Amino acid sequence: MPVKLEIKGLTKKFGSFTANDHIDLTIEPGEIHCLLGENGAGKSTLMNMLYGLLDPTEGEILVDGEPVTFHSPSDAIAVGIGMVHQHFMLVPVFTVAENVMLGREQTSAPGVLSRTKASEFVHQLSERYGLQVDPSALVESLPVGAQQRVEILKALSNEAKVLILDEPTAVLTPQEIDELMDIMRSLKELGTSIIFITHKLREVRAVGDRISVIRRGKVVGTAPPTATEAELAEMMVGREVKLKVDKAPPKTGEVVLSVEGCTVVDPRGHQVVKDVSFEARAGEVLGIAGVQGNGQTELIKALLGLVRPDAGVIRLDGEDISRHGPRESLDDGIGYIPEDRSHDGYIGAFSVRENLILDLYRTDRFSRGPALRLDDIAANADHRIVEFDIRTESASTPVSSLSGGNQQKVVVAREFSRPLKVLVASQPTRGVDVGSIEFIHKRIISERDKGTAVIIVSTELDEIFALSDRIAVMYDGRIVDTVSPDIRREDIGLLMAGATPDKPEEVTV
Amino acid sequence: MTLQAPVPTPGAEPESVERAAKAELRHPASWLPTVKVTAGAFLTALVIGAVVIALSDDDVIESLKYFGTYPWDSFTRSWDAIWSSYSALVKGAVGSSNAIASTLDRSAPLICAGLGVTLAFRAGLFNIGAQGQLIIGALCAGYVGFTWNLPPFVHLVVALVAGLASGALWGAIPGFLKARTGAHEVITTIMFNYLAASVLIYALSHDTFQRPGSDNALSPKVDDSAAFPRLSIGGFDAHLGVLIALLAGAAAWWLLERSTWGFELRAVGANAHASRTAGMSVAKVYTLAMLLAGMLAGLAATMQVLGNQNSLSATLPGSIGFDAITVALLGRASPLGTVLAGLLFGAMSVGGVAMQAGAGTPKELTDVLQALIVLFVAAPALVKGMLRIKESGGGATVMAKGWGS
Ligand SMILES: Nc1ncnc2c1ncn2[C@@H]1O[C@H](COP(=O)(O)OP(=O)(O)OP(=O)(O)O)[C@@H](O)[C@H]1O
Ligand SMILES: [Mg+2]
Repeated sequence: MPVKLEIKGLTKKFGSFTANDHIDLTIEPGEIHCLLGENGAGKSTLMNMLYGLLDPTEGEILVDGEPVTFHSPSDAIAVGIGMVHQHFMLVPVFTVAENVMLGREQTSAPGVLSRTKASEFVHQLSERYGLQVDPSALVESLPVGAQQRVEILKALSNEAKVLILDEPTAVLTPQEIDELMDIMRSLKELGTSIIFITHKLREVRAVGDRISVIRRGKVVGTAPPTATEAELAEMMVGREVKLKVDKAPPKTGEVVLSVEGCTVVDPRGHQVVKDVSFEARAGEVLGIAGVQGNGQTELIKALLGLVRPDAGVIRLDGEDISRHGPRESLDDGIGYIPEDRSHDGYIGAFSVRENLILDLYRTDRFSRGPALRLDDIAANADHRIVEFDIRTESASTPVSSLSGGNQQKVVVAREFSRPLKVLVASQPTRGVDVGSIEFIHKRIISERDKGTAVIIVSTELDEIFALSDRIAVMYDGRIVDTVSPDIRREDIGLLMAGATPDKPEEVTV
Repeated sequence: MTLQAPVPTPGAEPESVERAAKAELRHPASWLPTVKVTAGAFLTALVIGAVVIALSDDDVIESLKYFGTYPWDSFTRSWDAIWSSYSALVKGAVGSSNAIASTLDRSAPLICAGLGVTLAFRAGLFNIGAQGQLIIGALCAGYVGFTWNLPPFVHLVVALVAGLASGALWGAIPGFLKARTGAHEVITTIMFNYLAASVLIYALSHDTFQRPGSDNALSPKVDDSAAFPRLSIGGFDAHLGVLIALLAGAAAWWLLERSTWGFELRAVGANAHASRTAGMSVAKVYTLAMLLAGMLAGLAATMQVLGNQNSLSATLPGSIGFDAITVALLGRASPLGTVLAGLLFGAMSVGGVAMQAGAGTPKELTDVLQALIVLFVAAPALVKGMLRIKESGGGATVMAKGWGS
């Protein structure tokens, strides 16, 4: 039985700050309703109220015309609302079946868990919705895409009629995104309504039935999926957005960073980076394309000194830096935007101000002997917040209470605040809205034009194409080819799937 | 309200710190709940303590037998018992200059050792080892204090250094083990406590540490030349330990909040991965944080030994090292909080003795009160539920950090 969900005048205040301001929205039975909006617009806040995680300050939620109040997610689940969060909420050391059963454990005798019943249940569920998962696999061993399917199954196992997906595609590979969209379409066939939040306009247009745009806590309009990306972007940001960064041809200089025969062995003894060699020159952007998990992460960590390469030489301006640790690498002038920001990029409990100097606190700018220069730290924060349009209540707000995209901006702003020889950026715009992507891309290109060697790692082909002057494709720990950005999308797709350029017929796509 | 921060105008920079500090004050939600919860925990503990006092009073028990006929009797007698106990407690702790001096004496080591636990906490380490660090510090400071012959002031300084350095070393070893091998500090510091206790007992059985001509496990008294200076005004007579403890508190605050090194320490405590990526050495922070923690416990030890010119015995360390953990927890792992909690605990234990003497209430009642306070502080949801304190998110405390990876 599909349900109709209505939101009337829903408002959420955090202290004096209004995150949601009288939002009206109707989710029709069986539709895919897309929510677009800048970072910090209040999308996640709205969803958290719908799922009973936050109490509305004002307004009401109606399910099939009946007003409902949620005190906790179990109330929301009871009326058929399910949610997959921006940050997964699975227990990594549990199996898929155990995770899905969490909270409603199946028993064989009172107090005795029945693993077989649980597996059976999950198996049936995955058949019914066409979601491929192995009930006995450990969640931590699964790729992100599969973990997400587990989250979706978990929501569906509660008979969800309305499924909320908060930025599900930010962490997925293009293939996984396609799979997810198929799943969404078939769920819709079965009568489930879906609220879909994403920053990728292409996805909105591909699956959406209706699009609502939120800006600064208010619904500013709706659009059909036939609207162009430019129109949608303008609605979101409130001004015209350049979806493709303007850039002049690179003025390539000397080789700044050179990597020869770099090999990295992970703690389990697998070679994850195999004999990789490349050079990055001043004033160019080298893109490293590849499906997640083909050694890019480890290669980058070796460049930064976060892991020791087991063989090979890394040179910066001719000097061997393969034995340098992270601090030396930073002091050498390497900037780093890590791929997993909450893990490596910022400290959630620290204020925006403190996070903006996380790797600069020892410099003369921000310290005098052993003492921090608090005035300069505060001035720096005020300046960066404006420059990078970081939406935060104040500079002393902990970064953990910022929206995902604004957290990313804090990391990006920090790395751009010192002179760099090399900038290594891994997924620099993950979870960032189109307006900010435009800005970050502009900054990356201007960094290039200042003569920095820029290395971009991204699973997002659009981003690779938008920024790169040369593209190295990684597959299975090796750089299989280095190509110019004029290459066709299909061809690079083949390279990413492991086809060697001379024998492309080996791969069937 | 707009989200945009004000555009910084030239010359406006110097005020921005103040502005931010004011902004924090304008949002009491950011600090009030913790103060409220702590105060709530304290009140709740006092109420439960009152019930315990009433129920352990013979007169009250007696009056309960005819509760049906004269219920009022039970209430007045309960009130008398509670009032006399609590007023004796307060008077005993701060009622006279003599009492205040004893309270300060008792608080000083608690504050110092508590600060050690607090510092380690902030680095993400659960330092259970204050007791062991304190024992070793006491042993070394005491040894220097009663065997060496040095000129007055020099002797004190050397003995102090001996206490601090040995405590620091004893603390640094588990820190180093954690940094190098990942051995969990909770386990290693507990083991180091056993080790230290055994070392003390062994030392006291040795001639070097024994009072000449005595077979008891008791050392000579510390020489006058190694004793802390004392401050005596009228009935007030205390050693200068409490001043040193307050200085240590101020230093710990400065270190944590104002120094680059404290920035590193807090960063590592909050997210070791991000700290490492930002170029910090997690191993160095772990080792140094435990070294400092040990040093502060060593400082506490010198107060016990040099401050009160005690002799070393198996009972000298008492349970200060363990109470220090409680003090740090109650102080919410902040230097100021730890100083206040240390003073409170010092007052309660001094007042407890007076209460037993004056009102006949067993002094163990103060242990019950302390345990209850900490219990309620550690379970904030309980207090919040009971007293209906509203909190707007972000209530995660450092206390859960110790077991983090
Ligand atoms: N617990 C909180 N306390 C204070 N402010 C908060 C809290 N949670 C969210 N906010 C603020 O509310 C605003 C909206 O946040 P929200 O997470 O809903 O944004 P979003 O639209 O999901 O953004 P993104 O696309 O970046 O995920 C942000 O400015 C954020 O800082
Ligand atoms: Mg969000």
